[in-house]
Amino acid sequence: MATQQLKQDILRLLRRNARLPDAEIADRLAVDVAEITAAIAQMEADRELLGYSAVIADGALPDGEVSAIIEVEVQPERDGGFDRIAENLSRFPEVLSVYLVSGRYDLRLAVVGHSLQDVAHFVASKLASQPGVRATATHFMLKTYKEAGIQFHEGEDYERLKVVP
Amino acid sequence: MSDSKLSRNWVADHIARLPRSGIRDFFELVNTMDDVISLGIGEPDFATPWHVREATIYALQKGFTSYTSNLGYMPLRRSVCRYVAERFGATYDPATECIITVGVSEALDIALRSVLNPGDEVVYHEPCYVSYAPSIAMAHAKPVAVVTKEETQFALDPAAVEAAITPKTKVMLLNFPNNPTGAGLTADDKARLAEIAIRHDLLVITDEIYEDMTYGERSPTIASLPGMKERTLFLNGMSKAHAMTGYRIGYACGPQALIEAMMKVHQYSMLCASSIAQAAAIEALENGDRARDEMHREYEQRRNVIVKRLNELGLPCLLPRGAFYVFPRISGTGLTSDAFARRLLKEQRVAVVPGTAFGACGEGYVRCAYATGLDDIEEAMRRIGRFLATLG
Repeated sequence: MATQQLKQDILRLLRRNARLPDAEIADRLAVDVAEITAAIAQMEADRELLGYSAVIADGALPDGEVSAIIEVEVQPERDGGFDRIAENLSRFPEVLSVYLVSGRYDLRLAVVGHSLQDVAHFVASKLASQPGVRATATHFMLKTYKEAGIQFHEGEDYERLKVVP
Repeated sequence: MSDSKLSRNWVADHIARLPRSGIRDFFELVNTMDDVISLGIGEPDFATPWHVREATIYALQKGFTSYTSNLGYMPLRRSVCRYVAERFGATYDPATECIITVGVSEALDIALRSVLNPGDEVVYHEPCYVSYAPSIAMAHAKPVAVVTKEETQFALDPAAVEAAITPKTKVMLLNFPNNPTGAGLTADDKARLAEIAIRHDLLVITDEIYEDMTYGERSPTIASLPGMKERTLFLNGMSKAHAMTGYRIGYACGPQALIEAMMKVHQYSMLCASSIAQAAAIEALENGDRARDEMHREYEQRRNVIVKRLNELGLPCLLPRGAFYVFPRISGTGLTSDAFARRLLKEQRVAVVPGTAFGACGEGYVRCAYATGLDDIEEAMRRIGRFLATLG
């Protein structure tokens, strides 16, 4: 059984690079590779590790995807508050993320579609018409600068001296 | 280089006597080559954390560009003393017991110049950072090296230190975690060295620039042990753990009379450290723990990888207790440190530093820094493997 410390060390590494091979994680943490594989399997089974996704540059996929951040004001329910509607919205495949947030609106959605009309159609027909949704504000995304901790522009590259005692 | 004839030999005798660094040519060779993977760099590969750089820009915008107090900007001295108390366990008064310097190099230089008379002896240990013996010699004193050995994990043997002490010995100079060996001092080592310093009435100068980069168990600085504060100069700086080498901010903490003496030398030679760099150092000390710890985790993981690989390649290598260097033994190849480093560079384009750069006792070893990304470390290890294969 992996220790809490080992699990956290693995999660930190995978959050930065989900493709890191188990063998490299093992070498970095000076732990046997079988222990790493078992710990990852355990965390997947326990739903501590829910999935792995790639960070993709704007335009790298050919299907002209349009994405939007949508702020949603919701009337919370007496039983369950925001959960039922948030979980309902999470079921739509065009919804990439759903967060409950503090502030002047309640749910923050990231939505993806093939075109502006596509997203607009989703908002009008699926989202705004949900019982409990009081208002929405849609912000189409124009350019990504940073996502999942990764900068989209080239970093500064200063060449260090090659030997320093 | 032009070789114009001097009308007389202008160079001071004690400077002329300083040995020319034997690896200067090697450095120059490396810098002319392309596609070199360098494990020869004794500085972090991380850029200074952005919040620190941003604070530097803000200091410029505010016009914080004047001289500061000779001792250093008071808010920075307060930050330093708080940090030293919390991280290293020694308490100092920022008003009188702390001076901000241009890197630890200046702190060491002015410390030595402030306390040494001609003919005094300084006991230190080798292998060690390249500047120690020359700095002692430039202060007109005599460097006396105690050798640390691989068989004892390059730990400093207190008995060997004591054996090197003579009536002329005035200073015990320590640098742990160590560049280039990665060795550290245990709490027990510190207690025994402190006892020796007190018994022989020595001043301890402890350069703890890598102490923030200790892996595993840490213990309070020797300066915090009973009877030691009044005979210890504690040196540290921002370069390594906070990835701020180019800012050149170091500091010394110690008894008021010694800080006062160092302040005189500093005042007449340096005046003060860069104001904007001092402002940046405050930001790093006050808000930089998280970035420091993230870099530290990365170094620790690289250490695990490089130690495993070198041992797999048949170059025996200890697990460092701190800093970002490993010091593998290469004598089994039959090559000298210098030949190993030169041939590895020419044949496989990997730069390592010959162990002899850090003292004659470094013969048979090379220093590899893991302040380089893991992809480069892995590629360097593959190239070293190919190099070793050609040696048969």
